[in-house]
Amino acid sequence: MSTAAHAEQDHAHGHAHHDEGFIKKYLWSTDHKMIAMQYLFTGMAMALIGGFTVYAFRMQLAFPGMSVPGYGRVTATDYNALVTTHGSVMIFWVAMPVLIAALGNYLIPLMIGCDDMVFPRLNRLSYQLFLISSIVLIASFYVPGGAFGGAWTSYPPLSAKAEYSLTGLGSSMWLLAVALEFAAFLLGGINFVTTVMNSRAPGMKMFDVPIVVWMIIIASILFMASVGPLIAGAVMLLFDQQIGTGFFDPAKGGDPVLWQHLFWFFGHPEVYVVLLPAMGIVAEIITVFSRKKLFAYKTVLYTAIGTGVLSFFVWAHHQFIAGIDPRMANVFSVTTLLISIPVAEMVFVYIGTLYGGSIRLTTPMLWALSFIAEFLLGGVTGIFLGASGSDIYFHDTYFVIAHFHYTFFPIAFIGSFAAITYWFPKMFGKMMNETWGKVHFWGTIISFNFIFIPLFFLGARGDHRRIYDYRHFPDLMKAGMQDMRILATLALLVLLAFQVVFLVNFFYSLFKGAKAPANPWEANTLEWQAPSPPPHGNFPQGLPNVYRGPYEYSHPDRQADWWPQTEPEPTKS
Amino acid sequence: MALADAGVIPPAMTAPRPNRPVVPSAVLGTLIFVVAEVMFFVGLISAFTISRSGAPAGTWPVPGQPTLPKDATLYNTLALLSSGALLLVGQLLHARKKGSSKWAVLASWLLGAAFVALQGREWAQLLSGGLTLTSSRLGAFFYLIVGMHGVHAIGALVVLGLVVAQLFRGALKGGLFFGAQVFWYFVVLMWPVIYARVYF
Repeated sequence: MSTAAHAEQDHAHGHAHHDEGFIKKYLWSTDHKMIAMQYLFTGMAMALIGGFTVYAFRMQLAFPGMSVPGYGRVTATDYNALVTTHGSVMIFWVAMPVLIAALGNYLIPLMIGCDDMVFPRLNRLSYQLFLISSIVLIASFYVPGGAFGGAWTSYPPLSAKAEYSLTGLGSSMWLLAVALEFAAFLLGGINFVTTVMNSRAPGMKMFDVPIVVWMIIIASILFMASVGPLIAGAVMLLFDQQIGTGFFDPAKGGDPVLWQHLFWFFGHPEVYVVLLPAMGIVAEIITVFSRKKLFAYKTVLYTAIGTGVLSFFVWAHHQFIAGIDPRMANVFSVTTLLISIPVAEMVFVYIGTLYGGSIRLTTPMLWALSFIAEFLLGGVTGIFLGASGSDIYFHDTYFVIAHFHYTFFPIAFIGSFAAITYWFPKMFGKMMNETWGKVHFWGTIISFNFIFIPLFFLGARGDHRRIYDYRHFPDLMKAGMQDMRILATLALLVLLAFQVVFLVNFFYSLFKGAKAPANPWEANTLEWQAPSPPPHGNFPQGLPNVYRGPYEYSHPDRQADWWPQTEPEPTKS
Repeated sequence: MALADAGVIPPAMTAPRPNRPVVPSAVLGTLIFVVAEVMFFVGLISAFTISRSGAPAGTWPVPGQPTLPKDATLYNTLALLSSGALLLVGQLLHARKKGSSKWAVLASWLLGAAFVALQGREWAQLLSGGLTLTSSRLGAFFYLIVGMHGVHAIGALVVLGLVVAQLFRGALKGGLFFGAQVFWYFVVLMWPVIYARVYF
């Protein structure tokens, strides 16, 4: 079966179904672009939930006991549920669906030049499972006892027994939601890897694949190799909750630290599962807007693979105070500090790409540059937590919170905003407003730093992270500590307010924006050679032929400073 | 725009050849799924090993509860391994002449079904002897790990049964056969590891 014949078949198929109804088109589609949009909009809706929960519990921390506008009084049980939901939603239902599922689904077939995923119906099932998982999670707020309140890490024995967590059904629904969500991403990951291996356009060799596609592939492999032990642990925890087995329950001889090993064996690679796609997005954007070839393509690729391998050997740095052997802590300190080397290397590669380029400061470029700056802060503060000696002091303080928000906010939000502002013309065929894009950018970045820099100082002064009302802890109310909490909360309100600018810009541009040309950024990669937005089957003139790598900008022999992958070499006369 | 280049390109002169798939998509997709599945069992088995090594002396197994029947399970293991070997024979026959593999695949399916039935008998005996999910951590781990393997075996048998039906009707869909083979080899090869780590 030749790929071209397959494409023609698919076009015929696509035309035959042009009058499909609303459900068939928007909810039951097997088109990778529609599934990507489903993931994107679900992820954005979940981000609103994640944002609302953080608003409610940060207000409680800054102004304890107040009736939060739009929520009411936050009780201690509410507080636990809000914190847990914020963490779970932002990582599992925002960062993963937007960065991997939405962008992976949208970009992979377009960037490697094929008409759809290899297994389109599995892809549809993947989104449907994800939607069910979101519904289960939201429904858990309305069951007796309320939503799960044992933190997104769900440590037993707190999570294993309803007497401790006070949320018997909520705990199990949380586990079920997470399990469904992982099944969804497993199906997606199988599709991604198989598609890139078997459906690349004619002429596209492995090293002609754009970095962002490679990053999503490496992230998918990391996810699939690390998620098994967590699912094993989740089944065991579910048995503990519902049947009364004693896997993690010390009262029955079980071992609670075992859960921590199973969870973090997944949980730490998970950081790189979301980091690598964001790194890939930044690589694409920086290259396009520096008008320069990506510095050291193969280095980035091998570095990403190295990061992925190393990420399987760092998990116990989350457990330095969980009673693990200090000799083991030494080993994990070393591996944790080692993993900063490949990540720093990628940052240097991006700076190398910027060096000497003709930089265009568009909105996506601003997001990409700020990703480097903000993520750097997250990485550097991670050193203090990776070294077991200082971690014993910093563990479970707001220093940890500030550190991982300096990594996860750049990944989940800066990365997503960069991607959405960059690919918006392709996705919807409309341009976003640059001025309002920049207003949103500066409002978000400045307020973000005002939230988390105070938290570093609070954490360094010993502010414990799992406290509902600091008035009960006079030591933590001394000399301006409450003022810093209030500062962080006010900055959060500003940050949330600026997201309205983004939503208005997004939806206004979607309906009323200026029409986008096929290649508004003058980029090389294949998705920009398709119309904006691409029709069903992606490439109406047939699948593209690929003649070179994705980053040939400012080639000395050419007048134009870009050179699409599909453009053949000129003949030498 | 690259106006200078636009006029001088003879189309199709350098049109590249399509990439050929290295591994059929059905096999590759199943293989990736199997990697995740193997890691799932790695998680379960290492949790078992850690829990057993940390158990206080004399509590693993709990005195008075039955020990796992490692001798009787040897027959189950042999049944499953021969099933895998027969499927391999079927695959080789299929590669030489399409349609000649149906009896080997059917025999493989029957041996697989025998394995599941024998395991079920073993569970019934252990349950009546007093080893249950909640009676001890050994019981919990045993039923969880062996049960998870059993669920995979039953699922794989359903798919393999479809393949057998297709083979006898002579209407085989290639992708399903290859995918089912990969998954059945995973079920077969996972079992000796579980047998060695859990029963001994």
